[in-house]
Amino acid sequence: MATADWNPLGEIYYKKCEVYSMGWSDIVDISKFEVSAAPYGGPIALLKDESKTARVQVSTKPIITVFTAAGKQISQMRWNSGSIHKMGWSHTEDLLFVQDDGVVLVYDMFLTFKKTFGMGQEAKDVKVIDCKIFSSYQGTGIAVLTSTYRVFIINSVDDPRIRRLAEVPGLSSAPSSWAVINLDRQSRALIAKGSELCLIDQGGQYQVQTPDVSTEVTQFLAMSLSFNNRCLAMFTDKGVIWIGSSDLQKKYCEFNTKSPTPPQQLSWCGAGAVVGLWGNMMLVVGPDKDWINFNFDNPVHLVEEEDGLRIIGKYQHEFLYKVPEVTEKIFKIGSMEPGAMLFEASKEFYKGSQKADEYIRIIKDKLEIAVSQCIEAAGHEIDPAKQKPLLRAAAFGKCFLTDYNPEAYVNMCQMLRVLNQVRNHVIGIPLTYSQLQHLSMPILIDRLVLRKLFYYAVKICQYLKIADAEGASRILAHWACYKVQQKNEDDETIARAINQKLGDTPGISYSDIANHALEEGRPDLATRLLDFEPRAGQQVPLLMKMHKDNIALSKAIESGDTDLVYTVLLHLKESMNQGEFFMAIRNMPIAYALFIQYCRQQNRKLMEDLFYQEDNFQEEGTCKVVNSFNEDRMEDRIEELKLAQACFTKAKNEFAKVQTEEQIKLLKYQQRLEEEMNRPYLNLSLHQTIYRLTLANNHKVAEQLRKEFKVPDRRFWWLKINALGECGDWVELERFSKGKKAPVGMEAFVEVCAKHGNMKEAMKYLVKVSPEQKVKCLVKVGERKKAAETAFENKNEEELSYVLSKCGPSDKQLVDTIREKQEFIIIQQRSGSPSECSAKESTSSSDADHNQLALYHVTCQPHNRGYMVPIGYKCTIYVTCPA
Amino acid sequence: MAAPSVKGFPDFQRLKILAKDEFTSLLDQMPGRKDLVIDGELMKPLDRIASVSLLKQRGVDKIFKFDSSLKSMHGCEQRIYLVRPRMTTMKAIADHINSDRNINFKRKYSIIFVPRKLHTCLSVLEYEGVMGCVTVSEFQLDFVPLDKDVLSLELPEFLKSFYLENDQTWIHTVAKSLVRLQALSGEIGHVYCIGRGAKMVNDLMNFLMKRNSSEQDFSRHEIGSLILIDRDVDYVTPLCSQLTYEGLLDETFGIKCGTIEFGPEVTGKQQSAKLLLNSDDAIFEDVRNRHFSNVLGYLSSKAKSLQQDFDKRHGLKSVGDMKDFVANELRRLKEQKSVLANHIGACEQILGKKTKGGFEDYLQTEHSLLEGSGLRDNVNFIEELLFKQDNMLKTLKLICLLSLTQNGISPQTYKSLKTQYLQSHGFEQLVTFSNLKSLGIVTDQETGSQAGTPLNKVASGMAAMTRRSTFQSLCKKLSLIPKSDDIDLKNPTDMSYVFSGAYTPLSCKLVEQVLTRGGFTGMEEITKYLPGGVHSENHVKASKGKSARQDRPVSKVVLVYFLGGCTYSEITALRFLGKLKGYIFVIATTAIINSSTMLESVMEKPPI
Repeated sequence: MATADWNPLGEIYYKKCEVYSMGWSDIVDISKFEVSAAPYGGPIALLKDESKTARVQVSTKPIITVFTAAGKQISQMRWNSGSIHKMGWSHTEDLLFVQDDGVVLVYDMFLTFKKTFGMGQEAKDVKVIDCKIFSSYQGTGIAVLTSTYRVFIINSVDDPRIRRLAEVPGLSSAPSSWAVINLDRQSRALIAKGSELCLIDQGGQYQVQTPDVSTEVTQFLAMSLSFNNRCLAMFTDKGVIWIGSSDLQKKYCEFNTKSPTPPQQLSWCGAGAVVGLWGNMMLVVGPDKDWINFNFDNPVHLVEEEDGLRIIGKYQHEFLYKVPEVTEKIFKIGSMEPGAMLFEASKEFYKGSQKADEYIRIIKDKLEIAVSQCIEAAGHEIDPAKQKPLLRAAAFGKCFLTDYNPEAYVNMCQMLRVLNQVRNHVIGIPLTYSQLQHLSMPILIDRLVLRKLFYYAVKICQYLKIADAEGASRILAHWACYKVQQKNEDDETIARAINQKLGDTPGISYSDIANHALEEGRPDLATRLLDFEPRAGQQVPLLMKMHKDNIALSKAIESGDTDLVYTVLLHLKESMNQGEFFMAIRNMPIAYALFIQYCRQQNRKLMEDLFYQEDNFQEEGTCKVVNSFNEDRMEDRIEELKLAQACFTKAKNEFAKVQTEEQIKLLKYQQRLEEEMNRPYLNLSLHQTIYRLTLANNHKVAEQLRKEFKVPDRRFWWLKINALGECGDWVELERFSKGKKAPVGMEAFVEVCAKHGNMKEAMKYLVKVSPEQKVKCLVKVGERKKAAETAFENKNEEELSYVLSKCGPSDKQLVDTIREKQEFIIIQQRSGSPSECSAKESTSSSDADHNQLALYHVTCQPHNRGYMVPIGYKCTIYVTCPA
Repeated sequence: MAAPSVKGFPDFQRLKILAKDEFTSLLDQMPGRKDLVIDGELMKPLDRIASVSLLKQRGVDKIFKFDSSLKSMHGCEQRIYLVRPRMTTMKAIADHINSDRNINFKRKYSIIFVPRKLHTCLSVLEYEGVMGCVTVSEFQLDFVPLDKDVLSLELPEFLKSFYLENDQTWIHTVAKSLVRLQALSGEIGHVYCIGRGAKMVNDLMNFLMKRNSSEQDFSRHEIGSLILIDRDVDYVTPLCSQLTYEGLLDETFGIKCGTIEFGPEVTGKQQSAKLLLNSDDAIFEDVRNRHFSNVLGYLSSKAKSLQQDFDKRHGLKSVGDMKDFVANELRRLKEQKSVLANHIGACEQILGKKTKGGFEDYLQTEHSLLEGSGLRDNVNFIEELLFKQDNMLKTLKLICLLSLTQNGISPQTYKSLKTQYLQSHGFEQLVTFSNLKSLGIVTDQETGSQAGTPLNKVASGMAAMTRRSTFQSLCKKLSLIPKSDDIDLKNPTDMSYVFSGAYTPLSCKLVEQVLTRGGFTGMEEITKYLPGGVHSENHVKASKGKSARQDRPVSKVVLVYFLGGCTYSEITALRFLGKLKGYIFVIATTAIINSSTMLESVMEKPPI
């Protein structure tokens, strides 16, 4: 019968089943050890303190052994620190040792030391008399009670920040019992002082509470909080077990055990029953005063779990748990639940009996519930032999459902497959389905990795089709990290082994592994590993950390990511002296260029220094020139320019040198002019300066500058003509025109006059214009007709075209005239000297000779190629061919 | 395989949507009311991504333009800076924060770096002691789709920082932009690199792709090939005066991030008008690629037909027709009318500017420089411009062309031109010339290989070597100067129409060559003249031969990526080439430039 091993506790049932027969049965007698086991099927640590058991005082240090939950030894070591007060596990399966001086040492399950921290000066000075390791909201916390009866607490071993809890008023002797309670996201301690309970918190507050106990209480000898922190059980000196809510507001029941001695262990089985252990006798008390009694042949140790209680003995590892509701529904004798019916139906079906059909008919409407129940129940079964019929029943029931989502079924099958695997005594994690739900699959995989069961972990990931990045690759990376710890293998072998296994798997960070190797004190291995890292962004910082700056720099340059190069450069700049730094980068053009770029924006002085060191005087000079623009004071500017001049001399750049010299001269002039005329002259170019002087009618100084700076005549003439035109000084302009012969020709005068709209003046100069320029000038003053006539007189087709191009839509008549004339000229030219003609011949018909007609395409000059002249540039004319 | 969207162009709206989503989620990281301070150069690009109403919706209170000269700023309790990663900017932000601290004003700051944060910037923040009170994030804005076929990084400083200062920071951005693009449109089968930077981008891109390979979906193939071109391969083209409508608009008014602002002189109204220039504007789409000589005629005919459409209303008979007309037609016509008016106004302005001031002579000189004829006359013309104190950029452009087409200027001319330039435009131009020399744009024929910093020595030396009579040889080999004088600008048959048939843009010609030859084989005679060399890569796996054949229509989609910017004329030329040869060109660039913006970026600013 399925229910044969069910023990009723009031309305509900408890079931105790064997999980493992212990692998340690021959060697270990747990009564001689201090035992501590991690929840969620975690490993068991045994501490053998010889000094306690030996009859003679011995000074040997205790031995610590860690076993899997199946009793397989994982590791062992002899303690070599101070005296251990308490041993416990953190939620990440690290083994914590609290010494009597408050020092906490953290080891992993392989007893490799991880870290240590203290519980504060006071704890160190006055010694710890008791200690609790509890699970807090932030992980695993530790609370210590000092001999001065103060409680210090840390909420997380990962981030040990010590807090002192409020003092219990009038506490003159050690409390008879105490516990740490997590309430409202805060850890408080519940301290029993005589018949009173005192709740103290981190804020310095305390609350005295007297729980409602019907019998007289002088002391609470033991207390225990349920796994979920909601329920509290206390044992009084009168042998009464009080069960209530953890805030002491509610009492569920009182149960008189009539035992004068407190239990060795007072624990909770899930959240539904309290378990007391006296020697080989275990008493399970339900909230309704129901009880069950178990007797063991050997001493046992109890480990609380979320949904039950693990009982670890010499030969057996058992699990006591409440029969889940759904299992009860299916297997309870006489159950009419759909699940039970389906289970029966399935059984009958496999027997080949038609009863199967009858059962199915009964639950036809509730088949979906039935299937779900069977699936769920299968999950709660620990023995695969019991899981199978339930799953089979579910599968059977599923067949009758048309649109049933099979996901739940498939998921359960997968979960069970994984669970059965990890429960196997080789791995030894006796996890239940509900525990796994709470723990989550990634954490289970982490735990496998933690046990160095990499292969299993990878297989599970592959089985569950977890993406490589979170699954297999991550595990491989962990494996690699573990691998680099193997001191007995040489760097090369390890690096190769790791690369072989990892290859180019996406999501693998070689730099993380290298970092690990570095932490293990193997920089060479780290360097080798970094070679495999494709992401320079990861590689470079680590190389810098390893002080392989040169490799870092070249890797950064290789990556083409300037940001990385800068990262290294700035680091180098900080860590080296300037000279060395300059030397280091001078052979790396890219780094060099980037650094200059940085200096340009950040530190111009440094850039000059760099150029100076490189003997790059040209650039140094240029720098100084640019600097001079930013100087406010004239003296500084000139000083800067003088330096620049010196640089250019050294750079043998004669041109720049001369120009700089002239600029200094000009600046001095300009400064003087400003002072004299009270007008801005600074920063003007030479041309602008003279121009402005001319505008201001200061011809003398203008002339002086002209001579001083050897301004070419043509420039000076243009300048002066323009300036005079602008200020409308026509008299001076005329005088100027009558002076020395203008190197720019008279047309310049015409142009300027025309530009400033003074046609009258323009006409004055027009007369003097050389004949070649006349047409252009006439056009400029707007005399297009005259221009056309002049051009015709000159017999210049080009000039005519020019006039034509300047004709607007209003000059229609003129256009026609010009066209006529143009044709005339062309014909003339054609007949005169054909070779000069710009027209080209393309006969339209094959028998051109007979036709005596040739087609001429007259095109514009090549440089005029159709630009913006929408009309008139192309004309086709028919000419009688000269015979 | 996703079918490429309309008319074969890959759909770049996705880029926009991605950027918008990224930006809004960044804004949401700072819940509540906040001010947004934007780097001036990011304003327009951001405008293309996210509208003001969207920003308001996400709690943006006020939008400021970042001004590094301000020591402090007002605003509400939360502020986001959207900036390019520059050290000077960081210093200014630190100043803002410190001044707030001095008056004990509590404010939350967040800096969003576009497109990525840089260590140097963070180190400035750290040095100024403000790192603790700012949150830092990145906004990976790379391509701003300006049109259906134009993507721009809007990074005008690329030219200066990469070619002049040898800073590779933006190379990473370019490579990243390609990686991101390929994540959307699928891996590009063929990659052709012309130039040094192009190769670097390609290498970095391959590296980044390999790393992300697992995350990418290569099932799509929307782009057949990629051609990366360094600007330093062809400095001549951007220096030529643009003669297409779009090019002229850019040169005259300045197109910023695909938008143009017409002042009152164009609109003829009081207020100025902002216009989005892209293919959605049907009128603009029709004229943008035309040679300017054909624009006005077209616009006037368009005006006439529009008038006819308007006149239809007189012929409307029933009330129903009338209603229909008012509801549908009228609105469209009105819109078209205002757009047309703006374009005609712009044309008038351009015409006005180009017909005076000796533009024709200028153009003539430019063209004879390209042809390599009349050297003496050209130098004289340049000198004349200097003497007349003509526009400094205009003059400089010709000097640049003179040097580029002649492989440097003869030492004497070089010296005298420089002297005259300095006399005209100030001593600070000494630095400009030094910059131009480093870039290899204006060099000295003899000392070209001697000067320069030791660092640039190799580069400029190489440039001088490869440039020996380069331009003229390239012209000859690639027949860049069309022989026939007869170019029909209305119905062009050759890319050279964008420059009135005087010159075919070298960059575009190279693209044509690479595509017709399917690589660089047989082009050794040409490629030896190109600085930085060429490189090609094939990512289409042999086993995929079958699927590659299916890709046929896609293989006609070509992404041309200009490093260091490209001009509208080049875009137009490529569009024309595409039409001619049946390719679909998508143009990506670090920025859209013209001769002035290009030269300005490397010029020394005169002191104020």
